[in-house]
Amino acid sequence: MTATSTTTAPTSGTSPGGPAFAPVRLASRGLRQDLRTISVVWRRELLQFRHAPARALSSFIQPLLFLFVLGAGLGSVIRPGGAAKFSTFLFPGVLATSVMFTAVFSGISMIWDRQLGFLREMLVAPVRRGAILIGKCLGGATIATGQSVVLLALCGLVGVPYDPAVLVALVLLMFVGSFAITSCGVLIGVRLKQMQAAMPITQLVITPMMFLSGSLFPLSGLPGWLHVATRLNPLTYAVDPMRTVVFAHLNIPPATRAVFDPGVTWAGWRVPAMVEVGVVLAVGVILLSVATALFNREG
Amino acid sequence: MRQEGSGPPAVTVRGLVKRYGDVTAVDGVDLDVRPGETFGFLGPNGAGKSTTINILCTLVRPTAGTATVAGYDVRTERDKVRRAIGLVFQETTVDNYLTAEQNLRFHADLYGVDRAGLAERLDQVLEMVGLAGRRRDLVEKFSGGMKRRLEIARGLLHAPQVLFLDEPTIGLDPVSRAGMWDYLAELRQREDITVFLTTHYLDEAEHCDRIAIINAGRIVALDTPAALKASIGADRVTIGTADDQAAMASLRDRFGLDPALHGGAITISVTGGEQFVPRLFAELGVPIRSVSVARPTLDDVFVAYTGQTITEADRFAGPARMPMVGRR
Repeated sequence: MTATSTTTAPTSGTSPGGPAFAPVRLASRGLRQDLRTISVVWRRELLQFRHAPARALSSFIQPLLFLFVLGAGLGSVIRPGGAAKFSTFLFPGVLATSVMFTAVFSGISMIWDRQLGFLREMLVAPVRRGAILIGKCLGGATIATGQSVVLLALCGLVGVPYDPAVLVALVLLMFVGSFAITSCGVLIGVRLKQMQAAMPITQLVITPMMFLSGSLFPLSGLPGWLHVATRLNPLTYAVDPMRTVVFAHLNIPPATRAVFDPGVTWAGWRVPAMVEVGVVLAVGVILLSVATALFNREG
Repeated sequence: MRQEGSGPPAVTVRGLVKRYGDVTAVDGVDLDVRPGETFGFLGPNGAGKSTTINILCTLVRPTAGTATVAGYDVRTERDKVRRAIGLVFQETTVDNYLTAEQNLRFHADLYGVDRAGLAERLDQVLEMVGLAGRRRDLVEKFSGGMKRRLEIARGLLHAPQVLFLDEPTIGLDPVSRAGMWDYLAELRQREDITVFLTTHYLDEAEHCDRIAIINAGRIVALDTPAALKASIGADRVTIGTADDQAAMASLRDRFGLDPALHGGAITISVTGGEQFVPRLFAELGVPIRSVSVARPTLDDVFVAYTGQTITEADRFAGPARMPMVGRR
């Protein structure tokens, strides 16, 4: 019996209680099995989400508040001019924020898995732990992106054109961003074993990231220390390309664009969108690697 | 019963030790489990049962000693061990938000079960635990007993050589507990599998081919239930007589026994109590008003080997504490 790749179930036909069962073949470890693991964990995230309508609903309330309450309130005093409204400026930021909250909570749902016991099923399985976490992150990213796709329907109300190029670019950017943020949630989820501990930590990480990302106000003309803080914030690099995509398709004066879409600069160098995407991806990969290393140390 | 003892041992444990700081949970355990047998690990809460099972399942690393499962080293061949074992934990580890079948399919993917035979295998295990009709129901709606049965089906799905059951009936009502043993009995008929289970219910240990009694991290006895009972000797015959003193004297002189008188009843330890009773009536010479014969139970065995009843031991140990996986 080559037990590395197959386990042989009953072979004899002598069982008195019933028919003998066919042998069950198990795949051995390898890339194929890793992909199967990633895929099943990803699918479970989606299946689980179906059973959490409250989670889905609540994740729509916050962006709508930001967009229409904050947007209308501040919009009465801040007028970008041209075709743009303040809510136009706000829209990409609100998308990013909504993605971020959904994604981070998907990540820390690890803790529920642990507290409800299901994590053990994954911990004892003969699979690479990293594959489990990648599946988890992709699942969280898919859910977060999927929700924001619904928000994209509001484009027209805030003066963003329904341009397929804009929409596709936004979806891709949101997916990359939500992958990174789910990784952050997964890292918290692997490290902290109690939801009571994880929630405040998550708030502590997420709230400053939201305010320092340029999602709710332009990052032009900030005081020096605040400017530095925004450059250290990974979410900044997720929000900026989204806003650039939107503003590039608006017909507005260059001076207005300079204020509301100043771009991210490193010592005066305008960081290209692809580099920003790279930064976000790198942050996600690093967080995921740290989470995997911690996860590997468990039993 | 099926053939046992052929082939290499399903589980071997040598000098196994596990310490958590100053606490020694497992203190030098040795045992062999034969392929095909149902092996019971009996002991009070905190005796080291769960720690041992967690080591065998590669979830906890031993401080010292060696262990193999299905021929693989639990320290150095963890993946091979994991593929060769099925696990049913004390606490539920099924996903309530998935259906029974979705839970099983998740498991099949994690273990890389060949897709070609999967549908048939799903039918088999679901049918075996009597959940075939509930396969599309959310596990959330299941009773405790149904969830446990689903976990057994899941543990069997990848056709493991050894199935570990940690307290399989804990938290179940009496009917579900009895049902669980029916399923395990059927399992032994249908699958060529070694079952390693822990329990602190003495009556359930009777279902095992062999049992190891573990107390304070050490194995104090290991044999078949019958042999263990025989090892502490004799049956207990209790009689009420018209004249206890005369009966005592007669038992000492004529039978050469050492009777004891407690609260108006004479207790005698003899081997073969049922054969002894007719002789007693014929030869005692004192009218007998009542008689009862008690076989030693596993409770007696437990008391004989540990000096306390399992309930007392449980009380001293406090509520079941199992070191959490992943804690360092």
